[in-house]
Amino acid sequence: MSDVAAKVKAIIVDKLGVDESEVTPEASFTNDLGADSLDTVELIMEFEKEFDLAIPDDQAEKISTVGEAIAHIEEATK
Amino acid sequence: MELRRVVITGLGTVNPLGNTVDEYWENLKNGVSGAAPIEKFDAAKHKTQFACEVKNFDPELYGMERKDCRKYDLYTQYAFASTDLAVKDSGLNLEEIDHDRAGVIWGAGIGGLQTFFEEARNYKDENPRFSPFFIPKMIANIAGGLLSIKYGFRGPNFTTVTACASASHAMIEAFNMIRMGKADIMITGGSEAGVNEAGIAGFNSMRAISTRNDDPKTASRPFDKDRDGFVMGEGSAAFIFEDYESAVKRGAKIYAEMGGGGMSADAFHMTAPDPEGKGANLVMKWALEDAGITVNDVDYINVHGTSTPLGDIAEPKAIIKTFGEHAYKLAISSTKSMTGHLLGAAGAVEGLASILAINNSLIPPTINHFTDDPEIDSNLDFTFNVAKKREINVAISNTFGFGGHNATLVFKKL
Repeated sequence: MSDVAAKVKAIIVDKLGVDESEVTPEASFTNDLGADSLDTVELIMEFEKEFDLAIPDDQAEKISTVGEAIAHIEEATK
Repeated sequence: MELRRVVITGLGTVNPLGNTVDEYWENLKNGVSGAAPIEKFDAAKHKTQFACEVKNFDPELYGMERKDCRKYDLYTQYAFASTDLAVKDSGLNLEEIDHDRAGVIWGAGIGGLQTFFEEARNYKDENPRFSPFFIPKMIANIAGGLLSIKYGFRGPNFTTVTACASASHAMIEAFNMIRMGKADIMITGGSEAGVNEAGIAGFNSMRAISTRNDDPKTASRPFDKDRDGFVMGEGSAAFIFEDYESAVKRGAKIYAEMGGGGMSADAFHMTAPDPEGKGANLVMKWALEDAGITVNDVDYINVHGTSTPLGDIAEPKAIIKTFGEHAYKLAISSTKSMTGHLLGAAGAVEGLASILAINNSLIPPTINHFTDDPEIDSNLDFTFNVAKKREINVAISNTFGFGGHNATLVFKKL
């Protein structure tokens, strides 16, 4: 697992209070991990803080799974 | 419209004297102080370094999950804890009740002060963003809203914000909802969590709280000559109010009848009480009128008595004005001498103390009395230092808030 993936998973486990085993790449924040719209905004803000980047709203809206978040952050921090 | 009778069938609390009703009463009757050096933050540089804090609070014991706690300010967690206890204590079958006829009216004086403080402290001009939970976690009505979600109660739901009278106003309104037939069951009470940097420093600047750092346990000394301000408390008390007929029908345990409530304003000053206690006199008068009783019916007054220099002079004057000769026959006590001042939750924990006093035929004491204050009529019976046995048919509880908001609750033995 990449460094980015590990950090992303740790943030999700912390913020959503879910078990690490549930945080698979395919897992959807809202459908699988119990997040509501506010949780999702908070996750994006945490990713921005952790990786020191800005995720514009139009891009944030496209991030709905764990894998999509990891891919976006890996691309943005290349 | 025929007014219905309202009874109290469930009790719950987490407060500086205990995390259950039994523990609370045990310490109340034994005159135990809940004050100690502050543990929530490093208060070394603050003028006041002690408070009455809730001890060993574990939200997961009351059915809250870790992920919920992250989104709930401490004042909401206290509300959930005391309500969990009250609902269980009531024996209500939550599957069977009509959820459209059940509501929540909660009281909170400040709301999520800790949340506000933390978020504001992290704010940066160059990156002006707040957590998406900042607003919903901080607002003073969210505890009541979240309780309705937890229990599925779709009846009347709002929050009263009248500083230290908040919970009393909430309880009066919950009572009125049932009395007027707009609901059958109400969760009510109040919660507050103001023991943090902003709460302590804010009240310090007003010179409202005691600075007796060398002896926290004797700092809350209502009606004592050397009182120097109130001691900050925190926590919550919750009640289940029910229509009398349905409570009897389901064989519920009934602790007391909610007899009535009075409301008034001082119309005098932002924070200081009217020195003659005109608003305080009025609120007690109207409370008795609302309950359909006379001054001679009252056995016990759980007073506001915060241990502040001015307030403790005005309230006894108002009691004498309201009750006349009977003022000298009834028992008075300030349980704030033990719990500290729970601000918006004061009416709830003190209402609970009044109900427990009725049930146990015992007046909890006003502890920490050392020296009479010549400005306070010493012929009044303040139940100083030691609890007193007394049959109580009617107890009233006073709360007065900044802004000049006054509320008085009337509880009757059934």
